[in-house]
Order: sequence, then structure tokens, then C-alpha cells
Amino acid sequence: MAKAKEIQELTDREYQYGFVSDIESDSIPPGLNEDVIRFISEKKNEPSFMLEWRLQAYRHWAKLAAADAEPKWANIHYDLIDYQAIRYYSSPKKKLGSLAEVDPELLAMYEKLGVPLQEREILAGVAVDAVFDSVSVATTFKDKLAEMGIIFGSFSEAVQNHPDLIKKYLGSVVPYTDNFFAALNAAVFSDGSFCYVPKGVRCPMELSTYFRINAAETGQFERTLIIAEEGSYVSYLEGCTAPMRDENQLHAAVVELIALDNAEIKYSTIQNWYPGDKKGRGGIYNFVTKRGKCAGRGSKISWTQVETGSAITWKYPSCILVGDDSIGEFYSVALTNNYQQADTGTKMIHIGKNTRSTIISKGISAGHGNNTYRGLVQIQPQANNARNYSQCDSLLLGDKCGAHTFPYIDVRNNTGVMEHEASTSKISEDQLFYCKQRGISAESAVNLIVSGFCKEVFKKLPMEFAVEAQKLLNVSLEGSVG
Amino acid sequence: MLEIKNLHVAVDGKKILHGINLSVQTGEVHAIMGPNGSGKSTLAQVLAGHPSYEVLEGEVLYEGKNLLEMIPEVRAREGVFLAFQYPVEIPGVMNFHFLKAAVNEIRQHRGLEELDAMEFSRFLDEKIQLVEMDPTLMNRRLNEGFSGGEKKRNEILQMAVLDPKLAILDETDSGLDIDALKTVAAAVNKLRRPDNAMLIVTHYQRLLNYITPDFVHVLFNGRIVKSGGKELAHELEAKGYDWIKEEVGAASA
Repeated sequence: MAKAKEIQELTDREYQYGFVSDIESDSIPPGLNEDVIRFISEKKNEPSFMLEWRLQAYRHWAKLAAADAEPKWANIHYDLIDYQAIRYYSSPKKKLGSLAEVDPELLAMYEKLGVPLQEREILAGVAVDAVFDSVSVATTFKDKLAEMGIIFGSFSEAVQNHPDLIKKYLGSVVPYTDNFFAALNAAVFSDGSFCYVPKGVRCPMELSTYFRINAAETGQFERTLIIAEEGSYVSYLEGCTAPMRDENQLHAAVVELIALDNAEIKYSTIQNWYPGDKKGRGGIYNFVTKRGKCAGRGSKISWTQVETGSAITWKYPSCILVGDDSIGEFYSVALTNNYQQADTGTKMIHIGKNTRSTIISKGISAGHGNNTYRGLVQIQPQANNARNYSQCDSLLLGDKCGAHTFPYIDVRNNTGVMEHEASTSKISEDQLFYCKQRGISAESAVNLIVSGFCKEVFKKLPMEFAVEAQKLLNVSLEGSVG
Repeated sequence: MLEIKNLHVAVDGKKILHGINLSVQTGEVHAIMGPNGSGKSTLAQVLAGHPSYEVLEGEVLYEGKNLLEMIPEVRAREGVFLAFQYPVEIPGVMNFHFLKAAVNEIRQHRGLEELDAMEFSRFLDEKIQLVEMDPTLMNRRLNEGFSGGEKKRNEILQMAVLDPKLAILDETDSGLDIDALKTVAAAVNKLRRPDNAMLIVTHYQRLLNYITPDFVHVLFNGRIVKSGGKELAHELEAKGYDWIKEEVGAASA
């Protein structure tokens, strides 16, 4: 029927940021063994405790790999990954001291992405730590932050300059034994971001990192560690896009957040990696472990994510509420179009007394996309008076996509209060016709409906991110209805 | 303004309209009456461009242009408005934002500057006052949880805001109690002007007690079988549709 076709046409839309920039890479051949781990660690001039940790992680991972223990419980389908075919290290060749030395081609690429570094510097209060491939190329605003005692920069730098902090906190929230991909990341991660906010300091600007995958066949394994000392506050933004590729690229990042007494960490993500083409070829596999520990009393960790990219998303930003009166939040918009698959959600583990958590998940499925919310709310025996509110809503565009919800609830303390709401709705032809009859084009109609659907999550994003997120959703859905 | 010539329409392969001829001039209000299943709503929907309705034959000129060649949103932007018999719920979208988007797409189409939220808000207030409707409707999600009467009132409120040249009211009176009917009729009368036209599709005559049509047409089995002035509506109210059926039967026998 004409109508089904209309929906399809609008869903058919190629990735706008597909291009490959040509920067020489200093790579090692594909494959993974202890020598590769040693190569990476040596290349990064790491202290011995790091190498030891990586090797332990590698051995654990190798055991899991030999036992075929790659997780298979998620509602996603993909061909087996050949981990020996992946190249585990690549970095831009030249050593760069300042922006002026940055490869013009790279700068041009940021321009294309709408992330001009120089302008970002000048632009209102956003410090940018750009990760290109595996090595940080430029870090800005660092001096300004340093005056306040805030350490913000690449993970590699932090390993060199603050090994004590790394040693204390690395793996303290996501140990390498946590899961298959976390083990792999711990073994081979090449860089990432590090942030430390000292006691009582309120970070005056949104900290932001732009990730980008570039070299072919190079898995990207970042590691982010954020520590907020007592009474401090930091808001961290992470956004990504990637160039067009035919082969699948593995991305297995780990993010660890630690909030001490009365500290607050707000972590916002816009994920827009290459989702594969209309037929489902190519695209990024995004297997990420993100977890925050509300270690201190009255601490708060808030995850906000807008996930529109990647062929496969496997991601559960979680909060472990250890401190009494601590708060965990998860606000998510996940969109799957064409043949994208997402299995995403959160875990809220209530350990401390009077801990509270909120989960708002909005899943949008279009084309042949498959969207799964998977969440766990656990109230442990000692967590008196814990509260959770969960809301999981799904919106379907067309009749070939899917929405699934798996909310796990595990309450072991009878003073806990749990609320769960869920809904599934569909943008119908009648709704579209109604909008058109008022002069509104189908595309604008979809944007209106989707933005109404996502409003609760968008209002949690920092202002400039919210605008970007709205635009991204519109672009991602262009072509999804006619 | 509107010239329908020999219009044949099918839906799902079933022929509903068998050659409609109708001419509506600027400033006129026409009522289309007829028993259930006669094709009234089909006529309304096909003029608005609903994709399920297939035009088999015939022609529709709107302001001298071929209406059937226009996609639905262009028809709307050119000034054709349909007050739906069953207004659609659009959860999560505020009435205010919906109408702002609609007004701006129409303004853009007509080469006018778009209104920002402040300007639109002022513009909206005037329209709401004109039709004397409840302004809180604007802050609610579009038709979500509206009662039947609220939905119909909201359609007329949208009509006031979008200010169409040709308004088609499809069974706007159905589901309204007498007070709501009066409110709606009063609003429609305020919107009636020498420079626009209306097509009122209705089963019952009662709406026409409040909105006096210039012409009344009786639709039966997909054809207009009788046309007349407002007194025809009264005749139908008094005698029902059976005598029309008999007349048609006698004529075709």
C-alpha cells in the first residue's frame, strides 16, 4: 500500500557523517596476545602496575573467550566477532603540542562534523578533550580548570601524572572481571578521559569529549574515570559520530564514576556512531559498560543518554547506591532505525538506606529497528526505605520494527517502594493524515510527536546538548514517514 | 471556489461515490445531508486528500486549480480545512505547539514570516476570544483524554486559528450535547464571512437550526439526488430520508 511505502521512504536515510579521513596511523598488526598488551603498555610508557593489571585482565578475558563466554543473553543478533582480526592499537603519528600543530585534515573533519575545535574553545564554557582514534589529540581549557584543582585530560596523561589516583580508583567500579567486554577493555584500552574534582569544588563548565572512530579495523577501547570528591559537582558531556565504513567495528568502552559524600556527577551522552546502511550492512557494535558508584552519603549520579547511532547498542549505565541517602538517575532516549538493534537500560542497586532512583526510558523504533529496554532495580536487605520510580515508554513508527521491555525487579527489603509504568504507542497513518490536514508535513509531524515523546529526557540535558539531540533525532528519523 | 465535476471514488476497491457534481461559490454555506452510508464522509475525506480514497473519475477544481493533484498538506496550506468526524489523538504533543507548527507551515507556504512563540501566543489569544472557547485547551496534549465534545470544540478552535478559505465540517454535531452544539455553532457563525465558504456534512438537521445554510444537498447512494434551499433540511427533518429513497427508486425504475 502507498502508506506503508511512505513510512519506508522516510525511514530510508543514509548516515550524514559518513566519510573517512586520511591520516597516517601508527598501527600494529591485527591480533591479540600478551605481546600486544605489552606493546600497548610500553607505547604508552605506563608504570608497571598498569601493565600487570592489563595482563591480569587479558588472562581473564582469554579464559572467558576460550570458554565461549561472550554474553548472549541480550536481545541482539550479530555474527561472531573474530577478536584476532581486530587491530588493537593505532594513533596519529605526529606528536602534537598545540592546536596549531593539529593535522589540518583532522580539523577539517571536525568542521564537517560541526565540531570546530577552535570555535568550541571560544564558545560558551565548553572545554573539549578530543579523542581521535586512540590518542587524545588536543585538550583545551585545562589550565583554567587546573587553577581550581580540577584535573581533566586524557587517561594516558593521568596515568603519567597521577598514578596514585589511577591506582586507587581504576577498576573500583567496573572490575575487569565484571564482564567479557569490560575484561577486553581493561586489557587493551588505549586512551580515554580522566577527571578529578577536588573537595568542595563546583566545576564551572560542562566538560566535553568528542570521540571518533577512524582507522579501518581498529577497535576503539576507551576508558573514562571520573572522581568527584566530597561536596563537589561536575557535568560531563560525551558525544560521538563516526565515518562511513562497510565492516563492523567493535567499540567496547568502560566508564567509571565515583561520587563521594554529597558529590554530584551528571554524565550526558549523545551517541551517533555509524549505524550501518539501509540494508543493515556495516555499523558500529557499541558494547559499553558504564557504571557509577554513589560511594558517599547524599551523593548523586545522573546518567542521561541519547542513543541514535551504532548498528548494535549494548549498554546499561548503572548506579550502585552505596551511601545512605544517595540518588541514582537514568534518563534515556534510544532510537533504532533501518536494521539497528539496541538492548539498553540501567541497573539501580540500592544498598544504602533512604536511597532513591529514577528511571525514564524512551525507546523509538522505526524501519526494521529493534529496541529493547532491559533494567534491574535491586533493593538489598539493608537498604531501608529505598524508593524507585521507573517509566519505560516505546514509540513505534511503521509495522516492521519492534519494541521490547525487560524490567527486572529484585526487592529484599519490605520497606522499599517501587513504582513502574510502561506504555507502547505507534505513530499511525491517521495521526499523520491529521497533521497533514493541518498543513504540517509528515516529517515535521514525526518530529513533533517524537520531541513530545522525548521531552522528559531532553530537559535533563544541558541546553546546547538538548538542541543538538533534537536535531540529531530529526535527522535520524528523516525518511521514516512520508 | 469549489467545483466538483462527475467525481467517482472508491475505498478498498468498493465504489462509494458515483458521479458527484457540486459547485460552491465564495461566501456560501452548503449542507450535505443524507442517510448513513450515503457517502457523505467519503466526500469530505477525498476533498482533504485522505490516501485511502481512490479517485476513479472526475475532477475537483479549487480556486481554479486541480485540487486532486495536491498532496494533503498543500491542500491545507492552500486553505482547505477538514473538521474531522473522529479527531485523532496525538499524545505528548501540546495543542499549542501543534497549532504553532501548523500556522507557521501555512504562513511559510504563503510567503509570510513565521511567528515566534510570543507572537503566536498573542495571535492565538485573539482567535480564542473570537470563538469564545476555553483557553486551557491549548495547554493540553492534542485530543489526548479529551471528551467527545472537547474534541469537536477543539476542531472548531483549530479552524478559527487556521482561518481556512474552504472549511469542511464532517459530522461536527455528532456527540455534542445541546449546549456544546450551541457553542460550536456560534463559533462557526463567527467564522462565516463573505470571503470564505463552508461545506457542512451532517446526518441530522439540528446543527442547521443554528447554522443556516444557503444550499442543502441530499446525498444518497453516492449521488446528489436532490438540492434546494434551507427549507429542504426542514423537510428532511420532518419526513426522514425514506421519501427521498422512494423518489430515487421511482426515478430509476
